[in-house]
Parts: sequence; C-alpha cells; structure tokens
Amino acid sequence: MADLRNDFAGIKSPNPFWLASAPPTDKEYNVVRAFRAGWGGVVWKTLGLDPHIVNVGGPRYGAIWGADRRLLGLNNIELITDRPLEVNLQEIKSVKRDWPDRAVVTSLMVPCEEPCWEEILRKVEDTGCDGVELNFGCPHGMSERGMGAAVGQVPEYIEMVTRWAKANTRMPVIVKLTPNITDVRYPARAAHAGGADAVSLINTISSIVSVDLDSFAPQPTIDGKGTHGGYCGPAVKPIALNMVAAIARDPETASLPISGIGGITTWRDAAEFITLGAGNVQVCTAAMTYGFKIIDDLVEGLEQWMDNAGHADLDAIHGRAIPNVTEWQYLNLNYTTKARIDQDSCIQCGRCHIACEDTSHQAITNMIDGERRFEVIDEECVGCNLCVNVCPVENCITMEQIPSGDMDKRTGKPVADEYGNWTMHPNNPMRDAAE
Amino acid sequence: MVDRYLEDGILDGRLDAGDYDGNFGDAHPPLDAHEAMVAADRCYFCYDAPCVTACPTGIDIPKFIRQISTGNLDGSARTIFDQNILGGMCARVCPTETLCEQACVRETAEGKPVQIGLLQRHATDHAMSHGRQFYSRAADTGKSVAIIGAGPAGLACAHRLAMKGHAVVVYDAREKAGGLNEFGIATYKTVDDFAQHEVDYVTAIGGIEIVTGKRLGDGLTIDELAKTHDAVFVGIGLSGVNALGVDGEDDDAVANAVDFIAELRQASDMATIPVGRRVMVIGGGMTAIDVATQAHLLGAQEVTIAYRRGREQMNASEVEQNQSTSKGVNIRHWMKPVEVTRSDSGSLFVKMEYTGLSGGRLAGTGKFQTFEVDQLFKAIGQTLEAGDALAGITLEKGRIKVDESFRTSNPSVWAGGDCTAGGDDLTVTAVAQGRDAAESIHAALSA
Repeated sequence: MADLRNDFAGIKSPNPFWLASAPPTDKEYNVVRAFRAGWGGVVWKTLGLDPHIVNVGGPRYGAIWGADRRLLGLNNIELITDRPLEVNLQEIKSVKRDWPDRAVVTSLMVPCEEPCWEEILRKVEDTGCDGVELNFGCPHGMSERGMGAAVGQVPEYIEMVTRWAKANTRMPVIVKLTPNITDVRYPARAAHAGGADAVSLINTISSIVSVDLDSFAPQPTIDGKGTHGGYCGPAVKPIALNMVAAIARDPETASLPISGIGGITTWRDAAEFITLGAGNVQVCTAAMTYGFKIIDDLVEGLEQWMDNAGHADLDAIHGRAIPNVTEWQYLNLNYTTKARIDQDSCIQCGRCHIACEDTSHQAITNMIDGERRFEVIDEECVGCNLCVNVCPVENCITMEQIPSGDMDKRTGKPVADEYGNWTMHPNNPMRDAAE
Repeated sequence: MVDRYLEDGILDGRLDAGDYDGNFGDAHPPLDAHEAMVAADRCYFCYDAPCVTACPTGIDIPKFIRQISTGNLDGSARTIFDQNILGGMCARVCPTETLCEQACVRETAEGKPVQIGLLQRHATDHAMSHGRQFYSRAADTGKSVAIIGAGPAGLACAHRLAMKGHAVVVYDAREKAGGLNEFGIATYKTVDDFAQHEVDYVTAIGGIEIVTGKRLGDGLTIDELAKTHDAVFVGIGLSGVNALGVDGEDDDAVANAVDFIAELRQASDMATIPVGRRVMVIGGGMTAIDVATQAHLLGAQEVTIAYRRGREQMNASEVEQNQSTSKGVNIRHWMKPVEVTRSDSGSLFVKMEYTGLSGGRLAGTGKFQTFEVDQLFKAIGQTLEAGDALAGITLEKGRIKVDESFRTSNPSVWAGGDCTAGGDDLTVTAVAQGRDAAESIHAALSA
C-alpha cells in the first residue's frame, strides 16, 4: 500500500489531507470529529486578538449549483473566529495533547503591528501546536480593517509581517495567500523573502454569488443589504491549480513548500495539486458539503491510484507535472488532432454539432444521406476539443493525433514532423527578437 | 373483505367502500417541485431533438424542460400550449413510451428517458392552476366556424380559430364537452374532473360557444351549418363499436367497453358500478386495457383479456400491458371468440378458438377452449357512425378522407381526429389535426 505519510515544512501528519482554516476547524468538538474520521491535520480557524470579532446574525453563505443541486461554488461572509482567544487556545492545547500524531496548525490574523504578532505568537506557541498559518487572504470584512487580503495584496507587507512572525516564534510559519491579485508570484516571493517556511493557497476569491431579483439585493442578504464575500468550492479549483503551478515553477520560490487549497473534493483533485507542486492539500468546501466522511475515499482513492500506478509515496508524485507546464509560446504548433466520434456510443443528442456549427468551425455534420448522423468533417476540424467537452457521453468523442507526414485535410499540407512553436513561426513579427 | 367479492354475477359494491378511492386515484402522481428540477436537469437540450420529431404536435420539448430548470414555469407552459393547447391532458394520456420518451437520447443511452410527460404535466398544471392565460383573440374577423364534436380535435381547432378572431360554435352530442377526454379515458389517468377544467381553460380565450346535446344527423346537418357559418370542422370521433360477429353477443352480459369506460368516468361513486366476478375482454388496444384494468379495480376477481394475435401486435403499448398485468389482469394471446351462450347457472360460456398464422394470415386452428364468465366486454375497435349526415363527403376505409390541410371533399368542410382516415387514434394526434385544420380554415377565410 502506498505510503501517504506527509512531512510538510517539518510538520508531520499521517496523510496529506488537512482541513483548511474555516468553520470546520473553529472548535475542539469539530476538530475531534475530523480526527476521529481520519483527517491528517487541521489548520485551526483564524485567531485574532480580543475583543473577539462578531459575525453577522443572518445568513453567511451563498452558493451556485449544478444539476441536481450539486454545490459547485460557495461564497461566505463569515469572519475569523468569533470566540474568545483564551477558549480557542485551551482547546488547541487539548486537541494537540490528545492527538499527537495529527498536524495542528493555527491560523492567525492580527493588526499589522509587531507587538500584536509577538503577543499572539507567544500565546499560540504555548499550546504546543505544530505551526502557524498567517492569514493574508480573507477578502471580506477583515480586509477593511487592514488585515487579511489587505496585507496579502501588498508584497512589502507580506514580507514585513512574515519577518516579524519568524522573529517571534520557532514554529514553522506558513503564509496563506490571496488570489485577489494580478500575479501570485509576487506575494509568494515576498513571503519567501520574509523567511516563510511555506505558503498555502488559494484563499477565497472576492465574489458576489447572486442577486435576489425580488429585493434587488446581493445574497446572502442581511437586512436588505449584501456585501462581497469569498468564493470557494469546486468552481475555483482551476484558478488554484494555476496559481500553485506558477509558484512551483518560479525559480525564486521553487523550493518553497506549498499547501494546495481550492475546490479539492476528490482524491483526484488532491493528486493533481500534488503533481503541480503542492506538498499537501487543505480541504474545506467538500467537507462542509458532505461531512468529514469524505476523508475515507480521499485517502483510499489516492492510495489505490498510487498503488495501481506504482507510486510508492507522495514524493514519487510530488511536482511530476511541473516540467509539463509551459508558456503558450512554447507549445508545438505542428501537433495536429482531429475529433473522432464513436458512432456506437453516440446517443445522437447533436450537441457536438450545434456547438461546432453555431459557435465554432462547422466541422460536425447533423445529417448524412437523410439520416441523423454526426460525423467530423476533417477539412474543417481544427481539433479544438469543444465537442469532447459538450458531449454528455464520456469517451464518445476523442481527439486523435494526426501522425506527422499524414495530410491535414484542413490545411491541405502534411503534418510536419519537427517541433515548431510560436517563437519560430514565420507569422510572428517578434520571431527574430525571440531567437 | 366484503362477501360480494366472491359472488358470481354482475354486482356492484364488490369492494370495501374505502378501497375505491385508492384504486381510482391518480395512476401517475405529479412531480413535486424538487422532483421536477431533478428530472429537468437530465435533459441534454439536444439539437433538432428526436423527442420533438416524435411528438405529433411538435412541442419544443428541450425548450420547455429548460424553462422548468430555470424556474420559468409560466414560460414552459406557454411553450407547450403554443403547439398543444390540450398539453395538460396529453401529459396524462399520451403513450409517451412510444412517442417522445422512446425517442429520448437518454432512452438510447441508459434505457431511462427524461420524464417528459410528467414534466409537461408539471408545467401545465402550474399554469392552469394559477389561471395563466397566454392567448387572446385577434380582432373579430366577422367570420364564424361551426365545429361538430367537442373532443380533442374540436377543442384544439376552436382555440386556434378563436385566436385568429373567428367566432366559433362547437356542437357536441353528449351532455358535456370533452369527447374522449371526458368519456373515453380510464378514470385513474385523469382524476379530479381534469377534462372539464381543461375545457374551461381552453374556452376562456373567448369567442367559443359550446352547444351540448346536439348530434350530427339529429337536427344538425352539415349543409345547414355550412350555410349559417363560413366553414365547418368535423371532429366527431368514432362512435360506433365493432361487433364480434358471433352468436350470443346480444346477451345482456355482453357490453361495449367504451360505454363502460364512459359510465365509470361519469360515476360519482364507483361502488355503484356493477361488475362481474369473472370478466373477459375481447381486444388488444388501449380500450381493452383500460376496461380490463378498471374492471379489476372495481373488484372483478378474474379478468382476462383475449386477443386474436400475439403480444407484439397489440395496439396497447408494452407499458400499458405491463401496468394492467401488474394489477392482476391476465392477457391471453392467439384466440378469438366463436360463440357466446348462457350456462344453466346463469353465467356466460365464451367459446374461444385458438388462432395462428397460416400463410401469413390469421386463421383458426380448430382447437377450442371455453371460458365461464359473468361479463364480456367488446373492445375490438370503433367505427365512424354518422349515417346519411356525412352524405356528400368522401370516405376512405370507412373514415373521412381529408387532404394534407385536413379539408374534406366538400371545400367548406374540414375534419380531424379519429373520424378521419390516417388518424392514429391518439388524443395528441387529434389535437395536432384540429390545430392544423384551424390554420387551414383561417387561411381559406382570409383569402
């Protein structure tokens, strides 16, 4: 059986699945339930200095759904913990004492003044927890008070506060990054420069999830008003994957451990994050949707896949996809594919045809000899993959590579057998400069 | 259990009083809001969707289902009514398993089609129960059209003509409008007086007068109507019943299935309807299924449908057959009645001959089986019965001949529904023909 034991920035856990700092980790009661269920670690919901903050008394969440009300995206306007600091510290201490083999990391958010960080770090260190995560990410509420994303959006602040944290504790310091920036590499570099032991990302994305069309107010609606919140869940995974990969590929931060967060719902999602450079993963929305029991298949699914593929431990898959991430300009423009429709599995819904006909390349028939039939017209097919993505039957439509030397009926030319990218392309006015 | 359950003869009150409501309740209860959302989510919104092609009225099914899924129930109902103003009844009685749902790509993919019929009911029930009217009359054209028969074809024709601004008078022989929807469909398919609600919903557009108790040929002639109106539409259905053509079929215990079905539909208390303990039904169509199933639900202990050919040749769909057999009805194939006689005990002996194919043709085998029953129903098809009233109008295979725009050989007379040649004895087809005839009438009156 594959070895899922995880060492993340010196913090050990029996598996790489941590619960992210969020409502599921706000109390000892929840965290103990999570550990009983089998979660490898938790990042305790963000602590602040007393007097503790207050949350709204009305709805905190909004959502978007897919078919059968499957929750695809969740938006929240909840703030950091609204319990007294001392209560949280006592519970963290108690949990860590009772669950020594699990990772217990404490998330922190205090004003941008060194004494505040010094004070809270001293108190947290006393709990015996394994590390701290600096919350520079929350996009709502706290950012208006100069914390959370307000720090995370200014690399200089990130570096400064990280440096304070490192100066005032011997615990590993993880810096949690906000996606609400233009290029995630700058905040990551700042964290690295400040001495961070790791980064974690993404925090939630600034969002208005929906508008009530009767009251004309954003949802969730508090007494007729709404505000932007933080968006998370399966819908944000692609954004998170890209940001994780960007940091992992950046020479300045390539050695910085990354805790991957963002829409992780299945073991497959987790494996994808790990292959793009995440040292472990944090989960929240999936647990908030289905409960802690999903840890069973997160662990067993990952183990099974690793066993089947012959990957002995997490190191064997860590970062494996990074070399295959490149810039568009280096993609091989001579690589040519055409869609192929398996007529035996085609159910004749016609979605490939209408998608191609209305919005793309007019490369799929709807009628042949008076019969309803969907076939690819090679002369028109650019190999774009849209038909594959809209087809309701998996593997009914596949993309087939045209071997080099064979005729591409669209261009009327044989497929070139050498690698050729945009920097080499005759149509590129910058070609000489690129060379 | 009441004592009469086991008693021979044709008796009422065979069941405990409380059993009837359950037996004759809604056979396919409506979807609730959540079920409808889940069912609607399954639709793939196909291009040039096969379900639309399969619908005789051509309802834009992917569109109305998408409208359900977006919470636009009014718009969904309108999409249905645009093509089929009797979409509420069709949602209940269409054999969807041989029409839209058979064509559904998810039937191809998984053997589980999108529940189109139930979704259509969800949308139309919403609109009708909220009194949503989507159509209004165009300015009065000064033209008037007489419609004979207030069944599905006549009502669809009337509504479309009213939309165009024509004045419509609908005559019906019965005491109530609705035709087969009111008198010819099994009770559990259309509960809570739905057929009459639908007549009210259709006529609410205005400009439609319904005159009941007026039968074609009985004080009502086509020539006279053609003189007093600008056009005539005939949608009289098939009121005649085929005879078995065997000795003894005039016995009091031998009844027409259609009459029994109508009696059940009009009954306020099912316990008052007498039925045999042992019932036999001759036929293989929907009427045979409906009468057999309902006889069983009334407390008939042994109900047998006898059909002269095999299962595959039955006009009743497989789903309908299965629903009937699952309730306890027995279906026997390859036998035909040859003689009905009275036994000494007062019951009927129905002598059946086994049949088979001989040189591709149905033939008797010379082997016989006699069944002892209390009641025998004839359900071997209906015929056009109008006598001289249709003189001057060309018939084809015993039904009214119409052109592609549903005009008869008399240029001021149109016809649609079961009474015309080429109909397939479906409510939904009658609606389509009535609607299309109205368009043709309107074009003729506008010319």
